Formats: sequence, C-alpha cells, structure tokens
Amino acid sequence: MTTRPTDDRSGRTRGPGDARRELLSGWGRNPWSAAHVVRPTSPDELAMAVKSAGPRGAIVRGLGRSYGDQAINAGGLVVDATAVSGLLELDEEAGTARVLGGTSLKQLLHQIVPQGWFVQVTPGTSNVTVGGAIANDVHGKGHHATGTFGAHVHSMVLALPDGTRRVLTPTETPREFWATCGGLGLTGTVLEATIGLRRIETSLLKVDTDRVPDLDSLLALLLEGGRKYRYSVAWVDFLARGRSLGRAVVDQGDFATLDDLPAGDRRRRDPLAYRPLPSAPSLPVAPNSLLNRASIAAFNEFWYRKAPKRRRDHLTTIDKFWYPLDMVDSWPRMYGRRGFLQWQCLVPFGAEETLREIVEAIANHPAPSFLSVLKYFGQANPGPLSFPAPGWTLSIDVPTDVPGLAPLLDRLDERVVEVGGRIYLAKDSRMRPEHLPLMYPRIDEWREVRDELDPERRLNSDLARRLRLLG
Amino acid sequence: MRNALGAIQSLLVLGGSSDIGAAIAERLVPGGCRRIVLAGRDQEKMERVAERLRGLGAEVAITAWDATDVDGHGDAVKAAWDALPGDGPGDVDAVVLAAGVLGDQEALEDDPAAAAQLAMVNYVGPVSTLLHVRRRLEEQGHGTIVVLSSVAGERIRRSNYVYGSTKAALDAFCQGLGDALQGTGVEVMVVRPGFVHTKMTEGRTAPPLATTPGAVADAVAAGLATGRHTVWVPGTFRWVMSVFRHLPRPLWRRLSARM
Repeated sequence: MTTRPTDDRSGRTRGPGDARRELLSGWGRNPWSAAHVVRPTSPDELAMAVKSAGPRGAIVRGLGRSYGDQAINAGGLVVDATAVSGLLELDEEAGTARVLGGTSLKQLLHQIVPQGWFVQVTPGTSNVTVGGAIANDVHGKGHHATGTFGAHVHSMVLALPDGTRRVLTPTETPREFWATCGGLGLTGTVLEATIGLRRIETSLLKVDTDRVPDLDSLLALLLEGGRKYRYSVAWVDFLARGRSLGRAVVDQGDFATLDDLPAGDRRRRDPLAYRPLPSAPSLPVAPNSLLNRASIAAFNEFWYRKAPKRRRDHLTTIDKFWYPLDMVDSWPRMYGRRGFLQWQCLVPFGAEETLREIVEAIANHPAPSFLSVLKYFGQANPGPLSFPAPGWTLSIDVPTDVPGLAPLLDRLDERVVEVGGRIYLAKDSRMRPEHLPLMYPRIDEWREVRDELDPERRLNSDLARRLRLLG
Repeated sequence: MRNALGAIQSLLVLGGSSDIGAAIAERLVPGGCRRIVLAGRDQEKMERVAERLRGLGAEVAITAWDATDVDGHGDAVKAAWDALPGDGPGDVDAVVLAAGVLGDQEALEDDPAAAAQLAMVNYVGPVSTLLHVRRRLEEQGHGTIVVLSSVAGERIRRSNYVYGSTKAALDAFCQGLGDALQGTGVEVMVVRPGFVHTKMTEGRTAPPLATTPGAVADAVAAGLATGRHTVWVPGTFRWVMSVFRHLPRPLWRRLSARM
C-alpha cells in the first residue's frame, strides 16, 4: 500500500533545502501541494519524525482517504505512517486489540474476523489506518447504536511533536484524549491504540433492503429502523426531482448469527471465513470527467431499479455490505483531472425542513452527484472537533469542475450553520474559515489543549492553514 | 490556501495600479480572497484601488515594486510577502503579474532607447521578478502565477510589433516556467486577452473582439477554479488565433493592417 499518487501529476523535483519532494492530494484529488515525504519504519522513528520538521511544520498521513487537504502540508513535511503497522495483541478476554497507528482496518480485519471479532466502528472503506480513524473520529453505518471510532478507543500512545510519549485514556486524560479524537492529526502522532472489538459468530451480514419513493418515507423508515437495526444507511438518488425527490435504497441489518445460516448452507462449515477480494485493475485517470449528469443519472437509475423493492434477511459479505467501493480502489480517477469533493453536513433533529431544502437545492442544481448517503446520528461524544451529533447527516460526491458549485455549497453551509449544524472536517476541501467557529463552537477549547501538546506549533496541514484551525 | 474549487485566500498583484490587476483582485474578494498586497510604482493609484478592495471586505497592503529595477526585485518580492496582512507570516496563494505598457509604435521606432525601456518593463523586469516569486512559491509548496500576456504576442502585427514581441517573449518564458515547475505544487497560468478597454488603450480604436478588465477578471477566476494553464479572453480568440497563426505572411500583413 502506498500513499503516493502514481499518475502524471506526481512530479519529483529538487526544491531548496530538501532532497525529495512529492506532490500530494487527498482522496478527492484536489487540491494538490508539494511536501517532503518521509516514511518511518519503526514506532521509534515515527515518534521522532515530526521533530525534524522545518518552519512549515509536519503532518502525519495514513492511507490518504481524507477527501481534502487534511493530510497534505505544502512546503513542509508529511510523515507517511503506513509502514508502522501490525496487530500487537488480541486480548480475547477483554475483547480488545492493541495495534500500531499505521495499521489499516483491512489488515486488522483479516486477522481478527477469522477469530470471531469485528471492529465496533468502521467507515465505508477498510483502507484507513487506525491513526487516521482516530484523527478524524470516523463513524459508520452504526453510529446511532455505537457512536464514533473514538468512543471505542480504550487507550492510545501519542507521540508529541517533541518526540515524548503520552498514554491517553478517556478517563485519566480526557482533555488530551478527546482533543486527539477528531483533532485531524494536529495534536500528535498516534503510535498505537487499544481498541474495543465486538464478537461475531459469522462473517456474514443479515440485511433488509427497502426501496423508498420519496424523502418523507425515507426519514420515517430510517428512524424506525434505527430502533431495530444496528447498522443502517440510505443511498439517495439526488438526480430525482419532484415527487421522487429523495428516493432511496435503504440497507439495514447486523451480523448474522450461526442460527441465521440456513441448515445445509455450505457457509456453515467455515462461518468466519474472510478472504481478500481480488483487486480490480487500477483505472487510468479519465481525460475529462466521465461522470457527468447523464452518466450519473443512468447509474443512479440502475442502482435504484436493481434494488429489490423489499427484501428481508438477505445474507451478504463484509466487503459487499461495508466496503463496496474498495473493490475498485482507484475509482476517484473516474472524476478526471480536476478531481471531486465530498460535502457532508449534519442537520440536527427538528430541522428536517432545512434538510429538505438542502436536498431540493442539490437536486435542482446541474451538479451531478452520486453516492449520496443519508443516515442519522445518535449521541455526540465529548470531542470538541468530533463531527457527529444527534441529527441527520447527508453526504454528496461531486466533480469539482461543475460551474456554480462554490456559491451553491457556500449557501448550503449557511443554511447548515443557521440550524446549528456543521460540515465534516474529514471531508472538507472548500469550506470558508469564517464558518469554522460557528460550526465548531468549542474550537477554542480544542486550541488550548492543542497548544499545550504542541507549544512550538510543529504540526500543521493545508487544512489547518486554510481554515485557520490553529487560531 | 487554495481550496478544491480554486478559490484563493491571498493575492499579490504586481502592477497593483493596473486596471486589469485591480479588476482581478476585485473579482476574487467575494470568493474568499481577503488578504491582498498591491505592489507597484504609483502609490496614489494603488491607494485608490486598495480603498475599493477594503470596501469589499479585504485587508490590503501596498508595497513598492519597479519592473525596471532588476537589482531591487529580490527585496521587493520579500517585502511584498512580509507585507501580507493578517497575523504572522502567511502564504501568497496567487501572484498576478499585470504590469505592462503598450507604447506608441511609431514613436518607439524612432526612439530605440524607449523601445528598450518598454522591453524592460514588459519582459526583462517580469522575468527577474517571476524568478524571485517562483522561489518563494516553491518554498511554500503551492501557489499560482497568473501572467497577463496578450494575443498580440501570438502573431506579431506590424502595427505594434515592439509591444507584441515583448508579450511573445513573456508568454514563451511563462510556458517554460510552468513546465519547469511541474510537480512542485506551483502552477503558471498564461492569460491572453485581446484588446482590453483600459487606460493603457485609451483613445485607440477598438478592434473586433475587444473586451473589458471585468471580462478578463472573470476569465482569470474561472481559470483558477478549473486549473487552466492558458486562458483566452474572449475564449473565441483561441480559435481565431490558431487560424491567424497559420496564415501566409503576405496575407497576414494585409489583413493585420486593417485591424
């Protein structure tokens, strides 16, 4: 696994003062900037890496799945943590795994699923590191039941920018712990973490699928399902308008128990089997965005039509349920040279009218958007920069070269701010800095802890500069 | 920092009193560009531009830059960076080079020293300045250099060949600079407007496809948003000039004499 872009835009040059620079971007392939990249191979090296940063600071990078400028650092140092990976200990009694910060969920799952364990929280890709999952306090289809990734971290070892190590736990060092969960890598380097796991009897999920024709029935179904299902998510067709506004396919379910497998099913012989998928050939960079309104409308129509109207107790695999996009790993290249962005907002409960207005505004804009996901969140955690809070979350993917996108999203940001919502910083690549304190009113609390952990301000990122995160 | 939609937050305008430079700055402020440095010679004019920009909500600083003072360019560029408003040192997300003089062709032909001076302002000074700018942007690891070239440099006309040749040279230099900066995070955007109604062209008869500083600014903003390396204003010029470039010289001489 590598974080380096392998296409034509990854140039290497000799810049002043350093030997090798690389052009880096986030998952959305826009924006790009050049930084000196180092790739430590041991926890000790990783702990000391940030210390060598020059005046433009350093940021630690995992698998580069943050969408925007979270893990790039123009003119500075980027520390690739992915070589410091591995499962150190699986404590079956406590139900915890101790892992190195650069371990990907994919690596971890291939070791723990056959032994009957799964992570408590996973995002929509297994190609994230544990350190990255903590830094972005990621959530998944089960947030209403399980909370965020950070909520299941029992302890972590954080290397401060000066190289010293601190053990953080939610009970003994809550300020530092929660400043780090969702802290976008700006409090230190996660060297290792002990995370809570859940027992599973099979590696299969039992899923109910419903096709819903409009937004009202969608919200009702999700709320009702949340009480019943551990995992729940809706894929919304944002190109449908009028009466079909908000039509969606809803998948809800949980891991199957042994009893859920029909008698005589061959999967009963090895119910915890979890084999890596064959990786699909990597895609070339599309010359111009292949994803235009026509092609996406066709895809969405297909997606909606192929889904069963109502299906119950369908058995499916971990990869198909959780990680459908991991099968074509280089899919962002489909968006062409200019890349894409993801806009993910939180709209608190009670502001459903605003949610509807947002859905309408997106549906009525020529921006072609697919893979729009809607779900609702449960309780927030104490992290000052943690994104989830009770309410609805909606995310849309759009190519960046759509005319009129900037004013549209600025307007939607304002609507979100008006109702006390926010934008997910792990996805952001375009928000205005003036909205930050309105969306994250506890930002100063976070800044205070951050400055204690990194008084010399060695940590920095393009996102931190763009949003003036450090204050 | 430039965001994924090409909106920039800080700007340096070299030739800060030029109509086109001012129009570009004004156009970028509403999109989030709030820290601006105007660098140039005419303090008074720049102060007027700065007032307009402040009215739109930007913080503006003014510094001295003289295209002809090659020895002073390193200091002038440093001063511009240091002057960037806001707390502490900041990044310059884009640098617009909008300095240039048109000159009177007939007078220039009779005054070789004046022609050389025009080449100094339009080409020699920008070369030196942009090489200093380039170093700063490379250290930052990001940034866009926007250079005002001209269609006049695309196919040289007898009626303004001194000016046209300086733009041809500047344009060629910037293409090479852009290629040299490949992979550094720094990009170069060459803007080729046709005749623009400005104080530089005041009193001259406008040829077809004449445009305005506002239109140039719109095209620059759109070019930044989509990461273009060449921007024609109006866009039709891309096709018109590709025809003109291939016309036989006798035909071009006759045709261009009527424009």
